[in-house]
Amino acid sequence: MSNTVEDIKPCFPLFRDEEYIESITNKQKKYEEKVDDEKLEEMYQWTTSPEYKELNFQREALTINPAKACQPLGSVLCSLGFKGTLPYVHGSQGCVAYFRTYFNRHFKEPIACVSDSMTEDAAVFGGHKNMDAGLENANALYKPDMIAVSTTCMAEVIGDDLHSFITNAKKKGSVPQELPVPSAHTPSFVGSHITGWDNMMEGIIRYFTLDKHESAVVGSNGKINLVPGFETYLGNYRILKRYMEEMDVPYTLLSDPSEVLDTPADGKYRMYEGGTELEDVKDTPNAIDTLLLQPWGLVKTKKYLKDTWQQPLNVVNPPMGLTWTDEYLMKISELTGKPIPASIELERGRLVDMITDSHSWLHGKKFSLFGDPDFLMGMSNFLMELGAEPVHILCNNANKRWGKAMTKMLRDSPYGQETEVHVGKDLWHFRSLVFDRKPDFMIGNSYGKFIQRDTLHKGKEHEVKLIRLGFPIHDRHHLHRSTTLGYEGAMTILTTLVNAVLEDLDEKTMGYGTTDYNYDLVR
Amino acid sequence: MAATLTREEAQSLIDEVLEVYPDSAKKDRAKHLAVNDPEVTQSKKCITSNRKSLPGTMTIRGCAYAGSKGVVWGPIKDMIHLSHGPVGCGQYSRAGRRNYYVGHTGVNTFGTMNFTSDFQEKDVVFGGDKKLEKIVHEAEGLFPLMKGMSVQSECPIGLIGDDIEAVARKTGEAINKPVVPVRCEGFRGVSQSLGHHIANDAVRDWVLDRREGKLPEPGPYDVSIIGDYNIGGDAWASRILLEEMGLNVVAQWSGDGTLSEMEMTPAVQLNLIHCYRSMNYISRHMEAKFGIPWMEYNFFGPTKIAESLRKIAEQFDDTIKEGAERVIAKYTPIMQGVIDKYRPRLEGKKVMLYIGGLRPRHVIGAYEDLGMEVVGTGYEFGHNDDYDRTLPEMKDSTLIYDDVTGYEFEKFVERVQPDLIGSGIKEKYIFQKMGIPFRQMHSWDYSGPYHGYDGFSIFARDMDMTVNNPCWGTMKAPWKQ
Repeated sequence: MSNTVEDIKPCFPLFRDEEYIESITNKQKKYEEKVDDEKLEEMYQWTTSPEYKELNFQREALTINPAKACQPLGSVLCSLGFKGTLPYVHGSQGCVAYFRTYFNRHFKEPIACVSDSMTEDAAVFGGHKNMDAGLENANALYKPDMIAVSTTCMAEVIGDDLHSFITNAKKKGSVPQELPVPSAHTPSFVGSHITGWDNMMEGIIRYFTLDKHESAVVGSNGKINLVPGFETYLGNYRILKRYMEEMDVPYTLLSDPSEVLDTPADGKYRMYEGGTELEDVKDTPNAIDTLLLQPWGLVKTKKYLKDTWQQPLNVVNPPMGLTWTDEYLMKISELTGKPIPASIELERGRLVDMITDSHSWLHGKKFSLFGDPDFLMGMSNFLMELGAEPVHILCNNANKRWGKAMTKMLRDSPYGQETEVHVGKDLWHFRSLVFDRKPDFMIGNSYGKFIQRDTLHKGKEHEVKLIRLGFPIHDRHHLHRSTTLGYEGAMTILTTLVNAVLEDLDEKTMGYGTTDYNYDLVR
Repeated sequence: MAATLTREEAQSLIDEVLEVYPDSAKKDRAKHLAVNDPEVTQSKKCITSNRKSLPGTMTIRGCAYAGSKGVVWGPIKDMIHLSHGPVGCGQYSRAGRRNYYVGHTGVNTFGTMNFTSDFQEKDVVFGGDKKLEKIVHEAEGLFPLMKGMSVQSECPIGLIGDDIEAVARKTGEAINKPVVPVRCEGFRGVSQSLGHHIANDAVRDWVLDRREGKLPEPGPYDVSIIGDYNIGGDAWASRILLEEMGLNVVAQWSGDGTLSEMEMTPAVQLNLIHCYRSMNYISRHMEAKFGIPWMEYNFFGPTKIAESLRKIAEQFDDTIKEGAERVIAKYTPIMQGVIDKYRPRLEGKKVMLYIGGLRPRHVIGAYEDLGMEVVGTGYEFGHNDDYDRTLPEMKDSTLIYDDVTGYEFEKFVERVQPDLIGSGIKEKYIFQKMGIPFRQMHSWDYSGPYHGYDGFSIFARDMDMTVNNPCWGTMKAPWKQ
């Protein structure tokens, strides 16, 4: 018994107490048939070697620690951004339990989502009955303004026809005819979470505009449509809206979950809060243009708009970092004729001021990155604007074309001459990469922490610290509320990066009576 | 503080909550909701469980894959557990359950890693057996110290008719290590419960006989811990007590467990089972095949711990009985200290639970040790034998809800206004916004252990820190009060 009433310790540090160490060590010695520590150490060293890296990169079939999730997760996030919308997943219920949990852990918020709980009988006879009963129950219980239906791999493998199931359910009266029930096929064995977001967006836009776009008059409502893509920083939704408001540009943000994922604690649970108005979705073909803010992740949406709407569909880079935010604002100004206001210019000036203040700490610093394709594009571009050098860029869910475009962007800058780009690889590959060529830091989601630990074990000088930017972030609180887009987002990223560098320097110079000459007060 | 409902009030609350459902759904849900009557000893007379969830309701349940990979197999630390199918299932279940272990991750232990066959469209069309075969060899090449593999089937595997058993047999022979096919596709059964059963059957068929004829003579005090997943280190805090009373814990399933421990289990004298729901199957099998008796125990809270230690000791000689008394005598005053400190802060507080496995009944005693009362409880994926074991633990007119939907749970809570809710992460943020103190009782809210005497101290501390944190009093802006 190690805990006393005066000193109650949870798992750590409790299990560092002697009696636990003894018990656990005995278990290992007597019953686990574990190989000896020397052999373990030798094998660990082997996993950090160039030889192992080569073997690791020969892998063709096995994926280890992927840097992606599956389609319906994305479709659920997209659905949550519409007013009064209940995300509905046609298929096995376990998937929805996972989606809700995964988002709960990232956002620290409730996630409302139902499934129609398909089981063996549905696997044999199809999920038609489940859809009828599911829509009826969901509508009765949760009274949504819209039910957005996507699928799991189960429903896709058995080939359920969503469109006819929904039509029949409406005919049967399971839900009212007028209740919007858009849908998307989101098989988990195609693409990733970003594909699912894209598919659901396309499904919703199609549902509301398919018969209306022909009568649309482009530009008649004076609005700009903004499509953020799979976006998990709540501040990013807010800054997109703020810039439009400051520029006095009417807009429709297509999927805006920033309210429903950030409701107050005041004694009441709000299942539906905020979100894109459904009326506004109907009006989108009348806008001046639609800007896709994650161009590499919005393939299907882009195709639909291009094939059916008459809008010019101007292409922009994600508004990440300094120059891409400049470009973005200028594009809006160009499209609407509205000038960029002094307030935003002031904000830009402040960002530039911050960059000048911090550049000496970031210039030449080396970063290895993993994450979604558009995030990696924007992030590497911003790093190079700061004079920092990307070492590895690894994307599990991009295509070869993205790899080429990324490489071209890197080679156009003096800071990207030696950057390696890896497409379709996973985090076990990434681990080999950072052992092979050590960066100063890695940038990515929480899963990177295991790589940090593994590099530290080789010795302090091999440690690659993780800077948490991306999705999911399960092991830190509230980072998802910050902003990574626009000048404001660049400020957040810059602050995060430069202070990581300074923290690291402090840690390395804290030696009492040894390295403390560089443990400076003023920086 | 919440007032206790009378039996009539509780029943009318249930009736009222059911009103919103369409007719057939109402009929179905009514069978899953009950008011406890201590005179009823058999749950089948009052509650239906382990049936399909209603489509379109917000069930909190998971799937068979979650039961097998997430609960039973995943924590076996020195094997690689392949999530066979598309990428999502493995990613969502990666390192989320806090099954603590010690080992060199990526070298001889693999618990927090995610191995997946990342199925693409072509794998669904042409089948994944060839890919699976290649994966086993690639894994063996990169992780030669792994003790074996399990293949955790995701939905498409069963639907496209892959023969993973054949591949498992062939590759297992080739690498001379067990490769275990587990047919835990998510669409099987109605919840994670069937996944536990399927996982147990795979252990029975592919692991337990591996040392037949080579097992040592069991020592007189050799036991195993079964159905402890070492959440936050629970099994370790249990293990030291069993060791202190003189028993020899040969195997720990499956938290911090290893293949060798599983293989050695047929040589123990007694299987001690904590989570009955997830591992009664394998315990029954070992009783039938190897003649090993098994018994349930409960290590939540000093009252139940002492009861359990004595019950366990009853199976052995005086040495162990004295050992149990010695352990109880040593810890009772320390536990009294914990109770003296926390009980005054928690006395009379009402708790609503909704959890899985063993906890909807096992933690009741721990709350009672702190003077708290459980006024509602229910199982995510329990069967009627779980409810049979629960009814005697509950007071009159307690609410019982099986596979409660999000809608029902919110309504019950609004009416009952408990002082604390113990449930999972999907419920946590809803009730916290409603201003009700909440502890995650699947993951111990990133704390723990909660088992054993060390665990009870932490449990008491955690309940106090939540129930009595100042944040709950700040929900209303002062100008609104």
